[in-house]
Amino acid sequence: MSGTASGADGRDRTPVPDADVCVVGAGPAGALVADRLAADHEVVVLDAGPRFNPGDRLDRQERAVRPAYDRPDVWEMGGPRDAHSASGERFYPLNHARVKGVGGSTLHWQGMVMRLHEADFSSGTKRGVGPNWPLDYADLRPYYAEAERAFGVSGADDNPFGPPREEPFPNPAFPPSHSDSLFAEACEELGIATHSVPNARNSEPYDGRGECVGYGTCQPVCPSGAKYDATVHVEDTERKGATVIDRARVTELAHGPDRIEAAVYVAPDGTEHRQRADAFVLAAGGVEIPRLLLLSASDHYPDGLANSSDAVGRYFTDHLFAGVGGVLEEPTRQNHVGFVTTESHQFYDEADETVAPFKLEFLNYAGPSPVELAMTGDDWGDELLGRLRESYGGHVAVGALVEQLPREDSYVGLDDGRTDDLGNPVPDVHWTVGDRALRTIERANEIQRDILAELGAEVNWTAGPGSTGPAYHHMGTTRMGEDPTESVVDPTLCTHDLENCWIASSSVFPTGGAVNPTLTIAALALLAADAVDEALVRSL
Amino acid sequence: MELSRRDAIAALGAVGAGAGAAYAVRELNDSPPGESSPDVETLIAAAEVVYPDEVTGLEGFVEAYARRRAAGGDDHARGVRAAIETMDDRAEAWYDAAFADLATEDRDSLLREMGVDTAAEAPDGSTAEQVRYYVVNDLLMALYASPTGGELVGIGNPRGHPGGTDSYRRGPRS
Repeated sequence: MSGTASGADGRDRTPVPDADVCVVGAGPAGALVADRLAADHEVVVLDAGPRFNPGDRLDRQERAVRPAYDRPDVWEMGGPRDAHSASGERFYPLNHARVKGVGGSTLHWQGMVMRLHEADFSSGTKRGVGPNWPLDYADLRPYYAEAERAFGVSGADDNPFGPPREEPFPNPAFPPSHSDSLFAEACEELGIATHSVPNARNSEPYDGRGECVGYGTCQPVCPSGAKYDATVHVEDTERKGATVIDRARVTELAHGPDRIEAAVYVAPDGTEHRQRADAFVLAAGGVEIPRLLLLSASDHYPDGLANSSDAVGRYFTDHLFAGVGGVLEEPTRQNHVGFVTTESHQFYDEADETVAPFKLEFLNYAGPSPVELAMTGDDWGDELLGRLRESYGGHVAVGALVEQLPREDSYVGLDDGRTDDLGNPVPDVHWTVGDRALRTIERANEIQRDILAELGAEVNWTAGPGSTGPAYHHMGTTRMGEDPTESVVDPTLCTHDLENCWIASSSVFPTGGAVNPTLTIAALALLAADAVDEALVRSL
Repeated sequence: MELSRRDAIAALGAVGAGAGAAYAVRELNDSPPGESSPDVETLIAAAEVVYPDEVTGLEGFVEAYARRRAAGGDDHARGVRAAIETMDDRAEAWYDAAFADLATEDRDSLLREMGVDTAAEAPDGSTAEQVRYYVVNDLLMALYASPTGGELVGIGNPRGHPGGTDSYRRGPRS
């Protein structure tokens, strides 16, 4: 790469000449797209956030544990760059929900990686609500397998409710916890089947990374690197010759009627650059992608780029959390690890028009972590130890993820009354949740209470319809479909309006299902990369 | 329950420790316990207040921990030293002696009179908030993120300690 430095750190952030592909966003989707294309094409990746120093992860862990710091502080989110609005009926804590930087939100994610169920691809037909995907499970199945290999997923083929698989997981599943064994007995009495959880963390050394050593702070930071994050594939793609430019804030996509010409970005020193390429892949997540398209409005696209359908930004969905927690009169050994090892998808496919799909998660981190509790309160010495012993011990909790249907009145827009430090309108997450999801949360709570009652636990908290929150999965805002009047991208993830613009993100999900989205994001990213490759080869 | 240098190394493994835990571990292993610097004496004196009575061996633990956590040229170490200086200034002004030379109950009283017990930790906050952050909570985090501190409470692998993936599977009596 030639040119002059454009940042106080001396890094060259000038555009790459003769780029074939420009990827916007260095999270899991962008990293996988770039990695797949870098061997055969000149690829450049632009990310708004920094390249974090891997040597700082213990410092970030300390921030995760100490009460002086809030969740966004761990990965330096917040401030004028990340200003946002939340005009919906429910506040949306956007900067708790994402990380800007190389690695993206996989830096702080939990790392649960399930495939969508087969019925999730045809909600309209099979459940009577919402749109169908223009793809089905069979279309994604080979990409799912490849995504599992990329992440080094630790799992077991023991979920009787999951979709069919063709090959084992790359690593064995993490065995169940002590509290899982208590839950399993109670669930058996109630006729509820439990099973293991596919985790994007190494149960054994894999792909040059070590096995999990049990720091217990997976969300928001894994100091050991056993949890997969997208820096793995960013480094791979750089070894293959791709260029990754950090702190390059894309503010506009310069375009003609049918093509994007350049990604316009601002370097840390304020210099504006134009990265030209033959193909563009937007991989900046379900909030910043629609924001960028809306910011790129022009005479030809007055309502936003690639928005002839008027669907850009609409149909914003997240997964909703439902949970019940309590206390047993025996030790449950919580907070030894920060991940989940048992779930139940038993009720998932009972979904219909009135009840959404949901899955149950049996938590290994119910109740307070003693080290964190020790740093709060007005006691120390023997009194503090007594409090810690009293508060740690018998906690149990069952969580659930619940699908939310896409709605026109749940959207990501621009707040024209508020700008970021570059003078651009901030994203407004106008989040609205419908009755089906709220009813399903009640249904999940009933089952959760039954399980805790069977265990003999005293229930002491409930996350129900009135107190639910988002799981930080941003979906639906550039939905995929066959019909250009109702969707933004086609089944190859190319925008209907622009022939050289693909979108790799959960923003293309027509519906969200009730499993964590990142494995599907990865599978779609690999599919998009194949489509880009095919288009580039065709045009040569 | 006795704290060991292994606990200190483990506690350093849970935090940034300036130059990094690997360096800290190497340095600790190469450095036998020696004369405590005045800063370390003050931290040990504070630990005698904020640690439970059944913890023993805290001198070696705090000394080993403080050698990396309070002695370096990084911002955190500077913050620890500044907080210690503040504690000593208050001790001299209110009790006519350095903090480490006070009786344990007077050290406890001084910290409470400074408002440290009710302060929320804040690295850039008020005097009480900084002492809470750099001294009291630093010591509490070191203890309760260590294997011995975890055992005191009943958790075999406390959050922040890389204690492996066996303990979460074990029952309470195994």
